[in-house]
Amino acid sequence: MTEKTVKFPIYLDYQATTPIDERVLLAMMPYLTTNFGNPHSVEHSFGWQAEAAVEIARKNIATLIGASHGEIIFTSGATESNNLAIKGIVYAAYPKKNHIITVKSEHECVLASARSLENGGFDVTYLDVDEDGLIDMGALEAAITDKTSLVSVMAVNNEIGVIQNLKAIGDLCRDKGVIFHTDAAQAVGKIPLDVEELNIDVMSISGHKIYGPKGIGALYLRKNTPILSLIDGGGQENGLRSGTLSPALCAGIGKACAIAGEEMAKDYQHVTELSIRLLSKISAALNNVHFNGCRENRYPGNINLTFYGIKSDILVADLRDIAISTGSACSSAKHKPSYVLEAIGLNKQEIDASVRIGIGRMTTIEEIDHAADHIIKRVQYLL
Amino acid sequence: MKLDFIKKMTKPDLIYLDYNATALIKPEVIELMSEVMKEGGNPSSVHGLGRLAKARMEEARSIIAEQINCRPQMIIFTSGGTEANNMAVLTCDRTRLITTNVEHDSIRSASSRFKGGVDHLSVDQDGLIDLGVLKELLEENGSSAIISILFANNETGVMQDVKKISAIAHEAGALLHIDAIQALTKVPIDFMELGADMMSLSSHKTGGPQGVGALITYEKLPVKSFVMGGGQEIGRRGGTENIAGIAGFGKAVSLIPQSLEKMKELESWRDEIERKLFEYAPASKFLGQNAKRLPNVSTIYMPNVTSETQVMNFDLDKICISSGSACSSGKVKSSHVIDAMSNDANIATSTIRMSLGWGSEHSDVRAFIKSWKKQYDRKNS
Repeated sequence: MTEKTVKFPIYLDYQATTPIDERVLLAMMPYLTTNFGNPHSVEHSFGWQAEAAVEIARKNIATLIGASHGEIIFTSGATESNNLAIKGIVYAAYPKKNHIITVKSEHECVLASARSLENGGFDVTYLDVDEDGLIDMGALEAAITDKTSLVSVMAVNNEIGVIQNLKAIGDLCRDKGVIFHTDAAQAVGKIPLDVEELNIDVMSISGHKIYGPKGIGALYLRKNTPILSLIDGGGQENGLRSGTLSPALCAGIGKACAIAGEEMAKDYQHVTELSIRLLSKISAALNNVHFNGCRENRYPGNINLTFYGIKSDILVADLRDIAISTGSACSSAKHKPSYVLEAIGLNKQEIDASVRIGIGRMTTIEEIDHAADHIIKRVQYLL
Repeated sequence: MKLDFIKKMTKPDLIYLDYNATALIKPEVIELMSEVMKEGGNPSSVHGLGRLAKARMEEARSIIAEQINCRPQMIIFTSGGTEANNMAVLTCDRTRLITTNVEHDSIRSASSRFKGGVDHLSVDQDGLIDLGVLKELLEENGSSAIISILFANNETGVMQDVKKISAIAHEAGALLHIDAIQALTKVPIDFMELGADMMSLSSHKTGGPQGVGALITYEKLPVKSFVMGGGQEIGRRGGTENIAGIAGFGKAVSLIPQSLEKMKELESWRDEIERKLFEYAPASKFLGQNAKRLPNVSTIYMPNVTSETQVMNFDLDKICISSGSACSSGKVKSSHVIDAMSNDANIATSTIRMSLGWGSEHSDVRAFIKSWKKQYDRKNS
């Protein structure tokens, strides 16, 4: 019976990207068609309508994270947000401060930004994580010096789903007078995040991880945080990010945030139930499974499993009807072993036997049952 | 969504004559984009859905490569023209920048951040640079220079002689970057024939969506984006690609043959506007009229009426035009392009830009002429 109700392929890779919510698509369409104007044309109503759409979207994002709309900058995506946050803030604090702290299990674009600063002569501390994937607060505190301008720690890890203790990090950074940036691409809209409560100064947000469109992201930047721009030109976004904004993409991410704000609890419960269902089926049928990352502090829609004795790339390729991945989309295209799994202590063999399964708003019970069956059968076959 | 329904929706109830700020998105583009958005998928994922997204992107890349005559690997997709311009000039590893004083704001601000010497070429009253001066500048240390030139000016449409410039540049060992953002789909572009080393493009000036652009560059050049991580675009621009936007850009570029055909009509309408206004008001001026320029744009000086007043009055007549580029129009200051072409301060303060596009009709042209004459009479009779 389940065979009939399930649409193939079953998409279980919600950390790579999420499908666009139909309501988001509807919100975008007017700005591709009748209201197509350039939001920076202040001289006619096409421009005004487009600008209004951009500003409503800005408010929607701000509301979701407890910020004020003047603190939201639109970017082309979370990668740009992370680059802008890290390089922009560190450059602005130089030469008074020349040190930043980040974590070994961050997203590749955060690490790439840190490495480019390192090449430019800045000091970078890469904190270790424990086997749960969490940083040690004592180590963070010890790493902060009077030369430290920025601490960048991601909210929800993109490979193993663990949530860092943002409140403790935020409080410590506030106490030490250091700016706290978090890459929240995987977290915004999925778990409650309030920048005031958590003392977050800068936060990166993605559109396409929250059922919105690709090609748009945002940066929350606490008022009066010193930062330099990376892309200059027409002076849009208060001079911090030049280039014509896409009202359609802005409306899309804005709507995605508005929906997330209303449905977060419902989504979270849905994802939790499906996650428990999948895991209990797999662990009941297989005894070669290990669950990666902290069990408690995690986003349940991100499951990372090691199936001892198999090769996960073969498993993923064999499961033609099911879209799961061996790691982050960025690194899977390059076939590099996961440095995140390495950071939590897995050896090469274990890393090569690991998969990431992502569950989201559109995932159904039937899909989970079907996927569990197929994964179990295939793993048994490969053993 | 059905094409005819989209066509109905895209018909604006105002007269839009500001295509150089942004163009209406073509119905075919919207149709493809909504299809691609529904498909989803991250092009870096190796599973089926990821491969589908990747195929959508690579299809757009080959279309663009074919239409502008370059190899697909030479196309780096960006978030737009501004990002492409910034990365071309600031990451090319050259220590000297030669540019002009009529560039788009994105090159103007990038040049203020350029680490090394910067020379600004001035333009004559037709908006053209002096190739002799460029040659002289390149005599010494030419091989350390990058030249960045706006192929077709966004305010006046004036086109520099890129083929000659690239010959001069390469003889001296300099790199040439051209900003062809306004030119794409309005005049034929053949990257190989133009001879530049790098070229910036933008989607939303062509009937494609906002939020997408590209830098065309040779793989051997060290150019890369400020947005890094993830290794997308052969390691030269990080971040999950805007698949729907890229597909839409590809679609708009695939329609270049039709666009160029429409341009012939637009050029005759533009010439008609200039002829009729000049007959009516011999003191009016059309900037760059004597130079080779884009067929769709006219930058018009109306004696004794400020740009702001004109923009307002056109708006009352339901006609959308602008007093300069959209980026600077948000900031309300006089145009550096017009200042550079004319030493009469009145001209810069009383000039507007009218730009036609694929959705324009002859009735728009008539309405524009009527409104212009009415405004002119109010102050000049």
